[in-house]
Amino acid sequence: MKGTLLRRAAAGALLAMAAALPWGVLAEDLSFGELYSDWSAAGLVLSEKTESLEGETVTMTGYMAPPLTPTIRFFVLTEVPMSVCPFCSSDADWPDNIIVVKVSEPVTALPYDSPISVTGTLEIGSEIDEETGFVSQLRIAADSIDAL
Amino acid sequence: MRKQWMKGMVLAMLAGSAAFASVMTADAADIRILPVDTAKFWSGAKFDFDVEVANAKDLGAVDITINGKSAADVLGKDLTRTVLDNGVTSFRANDVTFKKTGDYTVSVVANDAEGKSTASAAYKVVQEKAARPAKNVILFVGDGMSLQAREIARILSKGQTNGKYNDLLAMEKLDHNAIITTSGYDSLVTDSANSASAYSTGHKSVVNAMGVYEDSTADPLDDPKVETISEILKRTRGMSIGIVTQAETTDATPAAMVGHTRRRALQDYLAKDYLADYHRPDVIMGGGSSRYLPSSVMGSKRKDNFDVIQAFKDKGYTFATTDAEMKAAPADKPLLGLFHTSTMNVYLDREMLKNPKVLKGFDDQPNLVDMTKKTLDILSQNKNGFFAMIEGASIDKQLHVMDWQRAAYDTIEFDKAIEYAEQWNKEHGDDTLIIVVADHSHGISISGTYHERDGKKGPEAVRVYQNSILPTFKDADKDGFPDDPDPDVTLAVQYANHPEYYENYHFMPEPIAPALSVTETVEEAQNIGDKVEFHQVSKASSKANPARIHPGDPAVLMPANTPKDDPQECHSADDVLLNAGGPGSEYFHGVMDNTEVFFGILRALGVDGNRSVNPDLSKEAK
Repeated sequence: MKGTLLRRAAAGALLAMAAALPWGVLAEDLSFGELYSDWSAAGLVLSEKTESLEGETVTMTGYMAPPLTPTIRFFVLTEVPMSVCPFCSSDADWPDNIIVVKVSEPVTALPYDSPISVTGTLEIGSEIDEETGFVSQLRIAADSIDAL
Repeated sequence: MRKQWMKGMVLAMLAGSAAFASVMTADAADIRILPVDTAKFWSGAKFDFDVEVANAKDLGAVDITINGKSAADVLGKDLTRTVLDNGVTSFRANDVTFKKTGDYTVSVVANDAEGKSTASAAYKVVQEKAARPAKNVILFVGDGMSLQAREIARILSKGQTNGKYNDLLAMEKLDHNAIITTSGYDSLVTDSANSASAYSTGHKSVVNAMGVYEDSTADPLDDPKVETISEILKRTRGMSIGIVTQAETTDATPAAMVGHTRRRALQDYLAKDYLADYHRPDVIMGGGSSRYLPSSVMGSKRKDNFDVIQAFKDKGYTFATTDAEMKAAPADKPLLGLFHTSTMNVYLDREMLKNPKVLKGFDDQPNLVDMTKKTLDILSQNKNGFFAMIEGASIDKQLHVMDWQRAAYDTIEFDKAIEYAEQWNKEHGDDTLIIVVADHSHGISISGTYHERDGKKGPEAVRVYQNSILPTFKDADKDGFPDDPDPDVTLAVQYANHPEYYENYHFMPEPIAPALSVTETVEEAQNIGDKVEFHQVSKASSKANPARIHPGDPAVLMPANTPKDDPQECHSADDVLLNAGGPGSEYFHGVMDNTEVFFGILRALGVDGNRSVNPDLSKEAK
């Protein structure tokens, strides 16, 4: 069941993003399976759908990977729940098809083992987080995050 | 000499500790000698010598001698005294060697305001030559391939008749074997970097490190180095080098054959460092192209836009991304084969199940036998001989996620590659030393067999003693791989060191992780002065993955028996088995330390470490 942010926050289960979507903006659903049209060791190829949504508002459903610190500016959204903790163990590695979710306010107490839905602006291209050195190719600047 | 020093030394020896250990009094300076006490060297092999003095007050003269002579004279190089950023004083000489064999004792006397501190380290320097030398060496590393992992593969692949195996694995038919102990100098349980480093350098290291001893600084690239086997064989013989894996090619085991770092996670660095002439392998094959692709390309994980693949092409390498491209690669050119952006898929998924959801788009990955064949075709062009490290990498990776069937099929595939190499050696002059060894164990055990023919499920259906009827794996096409990984009577395989997980006793058509990473918020008491304050502390933890409960079966929850911050099954400290055949293989017998694998290889080749046929090899990556 999809709960609104406000209800969740009030229930104390979640504290998620405050900024709601402006009225009239429709988010396009984008699934992990739709991200790439070709996978090769010479590089992955973004699908036409993903390319066309750069800078647009999208909604993606996945799992939040446990972050390194209790308060964060970004977290990693994965297709399946994480079974290694790359931030905890320096030797573990992330899957290929991850999405970095950038948040403008700290997020705490989201579940890691049940799906969440993230809506925001899709960003494409390599970016390195200055503080952690984390490299990402796809990001969502989140407007809202819902537990499902 | 202070009385306490002896006590300190005895304690340090008992603990096997190489950390600062000199005197027991709190105010005395601490001395660390690198390489550590008990280190063994091949004569002429290069290393960085470093003595660190910490916690000194007004450090004065520090006297460093080797067998009573000044260390600088013995090593042929002055020790540079440097005060490091952390306040520790280092006395260091890089790229030195022991030219002559024998026993060496390093003695250090440090004088400071508190008096005198002393430490010592005993070294052994050897150089041997097998009666019948080898021209080439192939080191097969079955990552995490414990004795039981082999046995599971033997049961599945060969089967039994009246209690006798119908056949042995190819690796088990090699002439000689030895029990290998695997600890690093820091801890009982090793990781793959530390253990591969022992095979590659003859020196132990610490968890997550390769080709170095650990110094006191945080910088993962400044630690004292020891020469790797790729460097030694290129420098002294001009031999060709191959590293072949199904993991990322910059993962610990392949990288340790070549590179040097305290932190194996520096995979960007390791990929680029492969280019340096003085240790550049002629064949690199496996996964992990994300570390070679410039950051502007989707799928790259590099922090910079350096194109490692293009740099290899510029050096004349063929670049292959698929099985077809690999097979078409010419034998007279070096080869970079990267078949996946991360770890390659396992045999069961890649060759048998071929589920597009699991393979994603990577549907033309080579198998390990064909990778071995191509590697030998290329490397054997060099009349000076070759060294190849060929890794069965996912035996370990699948045991980490407690998927013994996927590990078993990869063990069989690994054995097929060994079988090919044995045959190749017979047809090519029988002058290749073949070594098969694991780098560490996993705590898996064969409890018996498992079936639900009488309606029992879960632990009650685990068949032990006289009830452990033989599993019903069938191999109709006689390819050595059971046709169905999920027969009605299967093995009951259980684990000694695991996270919280649901045991389901069945084969999983799609890989499912045993546990999920979570963070836990706990209240921790802290003493602030005379008050106790409670703080919410967030820490890494894990919980059983409910997706692993077998449909229709009751949930059998196994509580974690190792710390919950690791959601995976861990390595165990169990000894491993080594098999060897070919010239020089007689070296291996009894119980041996893992560093002896290195000495056995150099002895088989009869390497003269003091010789340099390639003195001009550049140390800088282009």
